[in-house]
Amino acid sequence: MVKYILKRLGMAVVTIWLVATLTFFLMNMVPGGPFLSEKAVSPKALAALEEKYGLDKPLFEQYLTYIKGAIHGDFGDSLKQRGRTVMSIISSKFPVSARIGGLSVLLAFSLGVPLGCISALNRGKIGDNIIIVIATCGIAVPSFVICTLLMYTFGVKLGWLPTLGLKTWKHYIMPVAALAFYPTAYITRLMRSSMLDVLGQDYMRTARAKGLNQFVSLFKHALRNAILPIVTYLGPLIAYTVTGSFIVEKIFTIPGLGGEFISSITNRDYTIIMGTTIFLATLVILMNVVVDIVYKLVDPRINLK
Amino acid sequence: MKKKVISMLLAAAMTVSMVSGMALTAAAEESTGKELSVQVGPNPETLDPALNSAVDGGNMILHTFECLLTVDQDGKIAPGQAETWETSEDGLTWTFHLRDGLKWSDGSDLTAGDFEYSWKRVCDPEVAAPYADTVLSMVKGFDEAIEGDLDALAVKATDDQTLVVELSSPCTYFDSLAAFATLSPVQQATIVANGDSWAVDPETYVSNGPFMITEWEPSSYIITAKNPYYWNADAIKLDSIKWNLIEDANASYYAYQNGEVLFIKDVPTEEIPSLQDNDEFHVDPIIGTYYLSFNTQVEPLDNPLVRKALSLAIDREYVANTLMQGTYSPAVNFIGPGWKDTDGSDFIDNANGGEPYLSANADIEAAKEALAEAGYPDGEGLPVLHYITNDAGYHKAVAEYLQDAWKEIGVTLEVELMEWASFTPTRRNGDYEIARNGWVGDYSDPSNMLELMYSTNGNNDGKFNNADFDAAIDVSRTTTDAAERSAALHEAEDIMMAETSCCPVAYYNDFWLQSPKITGAWHSAYGYWYFMYADIEE
Repeated sequence: MVKYILKRLGMAVVTIWLVATLTFFLMNMVPGGPFLSEKAVSPKALAALEEKYGLDKPLFEQYLTYIKGAIHGDFGDSLKQRGRTVMSIISSKFPVSARIGGLSVLLAFSLGVPLGCISALNRGKIGDNIIIVIATCGIAVPSFVICTLLMYTFGVKLGWLPTLGLKTWKHYIMPVAALAFYPTAYITRLMRSSMLDVLGQDYMRTARAKGLNQFVSLFKHALRNAILPIVTYLGPLIAYTVTGSFIVEKIFTIPGLGGEFISSITNRDYTIIMGTTIFLATLVILMNVVVDIVYKLVDPRINLK
Repeated sequence: MKKKVISMLLAAAMTVSMVSGMALTAAAEESTGKELSVQVGPNPETLDPALNSAVDGGNMILHTFECLLTVDQDGKIAPGQAETWETSEDGLTWTFHLRDGLKWSDGSDLTAGDFEYSWKRVCDPEVAAPYADTVLSMVKGFDEAIEGDLDALAVKATDDQTLVVELSSPCTYFDSLAAFATLSPVQQATIVANGDSWAVDPETYVSNGPFMITEWEPSSYIITAKNPYYWNADAIKLDSIKWNLIEDANASYYAYQNGEVLFIKDVPTEEIPSLQDNDEFHVDPIIGTYYLSFNTQVEPLDNPLVRKALSLAIDREYVANTLMQGTYSPAVNFIGPGWKDTDGSDFIDNANGGEPYLSANADIEAAKEALAEAGYPDGEGLPVLHYITNDAGYHKAVAEYLQDAWKEIGVTLEVELMEWASFTPTRRNGDYEIARNGWVGDYSDPSNMLELMYSTNGNNDGKFNNADFDAAIDVSRTTTDAAERSAALHEAEDIMMAETSCCPVAYYNDFWLQSPKITGAWHSAYGYWYFMYADIEE
């Protein structure tokens, strides 16, 4: 297993390098630049800025400088938010997104799995139908609608919850709920179909035939097999959720990392684009490795080679 | 094994929730004294006065810094850090006398030397201040300074309280520039010690205005507290101002509705019809014009008659009051209300003999005639025209309106929506036929906007090139005679309007929601709100 993990990590380095290289050249192909504004900056000031950040150098040289810096852990300064480094932005904003994201994954998992099971066990009955309708809505309704609805209902009409920032525990309720909506619905559906699949297996029929009570058969035999697809889904879900959501952060004025992904692109803030992309890629790859390990724990038949 | 897995998952879940739970309870609400909570824009890119070029950033800088001069409630230039100032007879030497006992927010003394350092810093190519040209290009030695020889800039602190500025050409509105946020004093010691990052950390953000930053949570809020060392601190009634950095207009509207903020600048446009009769909803003009740029270098838009026809076919009344819901006003001149003539009167009152250049309503017949005269009767032979705009605010609705309006005179328009970062360079490079454009004044001298049509101006997106126009602007730049300068500026506007160098559509207004609890705040024609002397009445 150690050998396997080392191999995966080696591959991860190559993948991250590929992602970084592609992103670097693609973003430079897009028209526009970080120092353009509605009012023209004088050519001298523009030239001075480009020199300061090395953007006057040939593209390949810029690339080499960047990669060299990145290997040494230097991801540069933000080109738009002068005085802030890429590392300082990520390290101050990631914890905020991670907290909200982590809580919502937790919520989604702890709601989605039981709901999926209940739904599967009551297939075709009223409970199943209700759960499926809600789950379908959760997948179909875009998050900005959910955010706005929550905010309007609980923030304005009822006045129960604050709408700005993250000062107290009350501030967390709406953003976490909004962020958890989609994954809860997805996990519920995934769990339901996977559970139904497992319930139809021969060994489940055997378990029932030999008189095992339903609770034991469900938790001992069915759940462990049925949960594998959820584990697969959890890896990338955690990676994407803890890095923040642009929409939820924008609507609830949360200083998370999600906003940086989008605004860095519209601002052409090259160093932030690179930094956040590499960070996300690393996280996704790491989570996938973790998923593989959890796989092995949940299902010992899986051979990690 | 299976129990292990489940218990591991549970343990992980509990750890996560405990950690986050602890973090949540740690940040309990504290009492903040008399705090005004407002929203004027999202997270500012920078609050370094030399680097800022945004209105919302400028609004915060206005509260944390004070220039030599300021703009008062009536829009007049008033004493700031300088108590008095005078100009030499030739208009080339400006002398500012600072108040006694000025201090930085860290309690140290502020002298004229700090202004000398700060103004030279604006020219520093290493700093690359976007507004260096605008605010200092008329100062003697600017050209050398911008190349790196900072001491060539003729700004000199002759003693601790006197700053002497020598200009290379007269600039009658230099007092407005001395009140411009870019020329705020900044403390050399903190900048030398901290580099660019001095302006992102409240600890090192030393300022000299009525307020000082005590907390900055990027993308969430900025708290500025009353600066006890400000010379006029006794007149400041608020203990602090909380600038909520809300990005979403609906979010700021909800926050206003539930009382979390008392002032919001970003009102969702779809709510405007329901707010028209609301006393808390304010609309106030700012100096600026929404206009269309014609690329005067490409066929058929190189023909002034075609440009004129297109301009005549627009119903500005409809665009401003119906399409834009009255948040704009119909533009009948290029230089709208609020811009000042050289004698201090409104420039618009003296323009074109007091008559508007354009009609607020469409004149389809005249438009057709102009088009026929240009050789395209009923649009025959005219190629399909292309319009570019970014998709924000009313831009798309205006584009769709133009398609309809111009169809009436036989012109087919294709609209291309572009992403903001691509739109600006495309327009600046002249890779377009017709483009949305707009300008909000930095100071109220009309040259600020008229110079956009000067052949070599970096913002001359329409590439308008007219020798007579340039000559008129040249006169306005060099003369010290107020009447002659005024005549030259009016002549310039006459020429550009006769040539339809661009097509004014609407004048900008600011619109906002403000709680009646706020007293003593005001809004300026530059698009800034002044909260420093405000109070909250319960």
